[in-house]
Amino acid sequence: MDKFDKLSGIAAPMPLVNIDTDMIIPKVFLKSIARTGFGKNLFDEMRYNRDGSEIPDFVLNQPAYRAAQILVAGDNFGCGSSREHAPWAIADFGIKCVISTSFADIFYNNCFKNGILPIVLPQEAVDVLMKDAEKGANARMEIDLEAQTVTTSEGESFSFEVDSFKKHCLMNGLDDIDLTLEKGAAIDRFEAQATQARPWV
Amino acid sequence: MSPKTLYDKIWDAHVAHESDDGTCLLYIDRHLVHEVTSPQAFEGLRMTGRKVRAPEKTIAVPDHNVPTTLDRAKGIENEESRIQVEALDKNAKEFGVHYYPVSDVRQGIVHIVGPEQGWTLPGMTVVCGDSHTATHGAFGALAHGIGTSEVEHVLATQTLIQKKSKNMKVEITGKLKPGVTAKDITLAVIGETGTAGGTGYVIEYCGEAIRDLSMEGRMTVCNMAIEGGARAGLIAPDETTFQYVKGRPHAPKGAQWEAALNWWKTLYTDEDAVFDKVVTLKGEDIQPVVTWGTSPEDVLPITGVVPDPASFTGGKVEAAKRSLEYMGLTPGQKLTDIEIDTVFIGSCTNGRIEDLRAAAAVLKGKKIAVKRAMIVPGSGLVRAQAEEEGLADIFKEAGFEWRLAGCSMCLAMNPDQLSEGERCAATSNRNFEGRQGYKGRTHLVSPAMAAAAAITGKLTDVREMM
Ligand code: SF4
Repeated sequence: MDKFDKLSGIAAPMPLVNIDTDMIIPKVFLKSIARTGFGKNLFDEMRYNRDGSEIPDFVLNQPAYRAAQILVAGDNFGCGSSREHAPWAIADFGIKCVISTSFADIFYNNCFKNGILPIVLPQEAVDVLMKDAEKGANARMEIDLEAQTVTTSEGESFSFEVDSFKKHCLMNGLDDIDLTLEKGAAIDRFEAQATQARPWV
Repeated sequence: MSPKTLYDKIWDAHVAHESDDGTCLLYIDRHLVHEVTSPQAFEGLRMTGRKVRAPEKTIAVPDHNVPTTLDRAKGIENEESRIQVEALDKNAKEFGVHYYPVSDVRQGIVHIVGPEQGWTLPGMTVVCGDSHTATHGAFGALAHGIGTSEVEHVLATQTLIQKKSKNMKVEITGKLKPGVTAKDITLAVIGETGTAGGTGYVIEYCGEAIRDLSMEGRMTVCNMAIEGGARAGLIAPDETTFQYVKGRPHAPKGAQWEAALNWWKTLYTDEDAVFDKVVTLKGEDIQPVVTWGTSPEDVLPITGVVPDPASFTGGKVEAAKRSLEYMGLTPGQKLTDIEIDTVFIGSCTNGRIEDLRAAAAVLKGKKIAVKRAMIVPGSGLVRAQAEEEGLADIFKEAGFEWRLAGCSMCLAMNPDQLSEGERCAATSNRNFEGRQGYKGRTHLVSPAMAAAAAITGKLTDVREMM
């Protein structure tokens, strides 16, 4: 997994609330058995007409935001299904950070497994960042995971919270399974004891 | 000992390791697997040379992509769908997990098959790469959806890295009025809390109206906990639960049954336990509801009118405008004036026998007035039982298509899809844009309400037909 440390990039504004996983990656693209290649279909139904031509109004189709690495979004981003294809598509497009007032639980967890940093900030802060994102390609936002700050192109800074374990894994690009397998003895012990207490499981 | 909630008790019984920062390894008792979210996980195991740690606790069944037409034995036409189902076939065999292939009468939607076969039991931890895993919470099992990386993690380690959620209580007091069902409860709760209201919480549903529900109804309620943003929904097990579980193929038997029962009876929230958030609804106040928009929180009683976007605040104003445009509705329009093209009864929310009975009770001796209507039972066994009870004949005589088991038009990954602009009354759980087909329009309702809409061709208050 890619490490996440600092990021300076263009932020795309998507003020819509409740952007769900079906919008992020419609189910027709869930049929792949690979993990890659979903970026071109990110936000597919909002981004393209049925004939495959681009919808010019959609934010990521605008010249200023084609290379966006950050999304500033409305409340409850990523609600809906557990499909990891959603963060896969986001990462594959090149977006490394999503900022919102709230995220759906499974989506939030899935982000960290794919090198994406989801940042939760209060409404007032998201409002400021949304305005900053609206300025387009000349306004670069800075994200510093170590310091846990987001800074606007004007130098206004906001601190965010992130779970220390998730931060550690993201900053070091660590594989969860390896980390857990190191605790194999504890799992063995638990399993033996649980099998005795609840043999029917 | 300090008083504990049901969630606390199940959680505490499954922590295999706790780090200083509170990050836990939660031991997983049952891992359910379907074909859409698992291929990349099995591939990951193969690439790293890892095995499935507990294949005997892992159950796989294809459901999302399978055709539900009667001729499905001839195979899956869509190449990518076929590849996905074949990948599950292959992975299930290679890694030695329990498997119900398409040809098995027990095949069906993973969240219906698990409980039906007795894999889901009270007090368990259950996960699946699918957000509606919340369904299994109806048994007092801690059950939630996970992503594919986590599927791989559970396959390899039989644990999940978790931090504990907060406790939320949703109490439904009193009795439900006639015509009001579990689906109306769960939609009404989301209407009350919003789709993000449960974020960060595990919900315990309680109160008289919940106690009065059958297991089927409880599964419907918990199924949509995820639509309210919660990590999981729970209902404390009781006699209703034990009766349902008893005798199922993988339920404990004999002395083990007694031992299990003894433990299960301790699974309730202690009297003085504290919840971080409490929501209370009066059962009598809940009415048959429908959704008007493209989020499950867009709920109104069937007697209502389409709302004006200006009546909302914040980002919801724009979202409601967008919803109404997508849904082709105008503010002030009566919900009962909305004409329906298609009716879909099925899904892990409402594809169980009781749901089919509720639909049949309304449909008996009537004919549909919509362009198409289909009933997709949640499993092969639900289908068989409905045929035995004579429900299938009622559906067919009414003009419904009587399908084989699968997810079908709940998410339209197989050929069962809405066309552009087609308007559907559906018993499934999501009314997102494009969920049931590109530019398809979905109104979420209970099975009885779906049946009523099928007969009149409009969204209809089922109470008027009773
Ligand atoms: S029926 Fe619908 S919600 Fe349930 S598992 Fe299938 S696709 Fe998901």
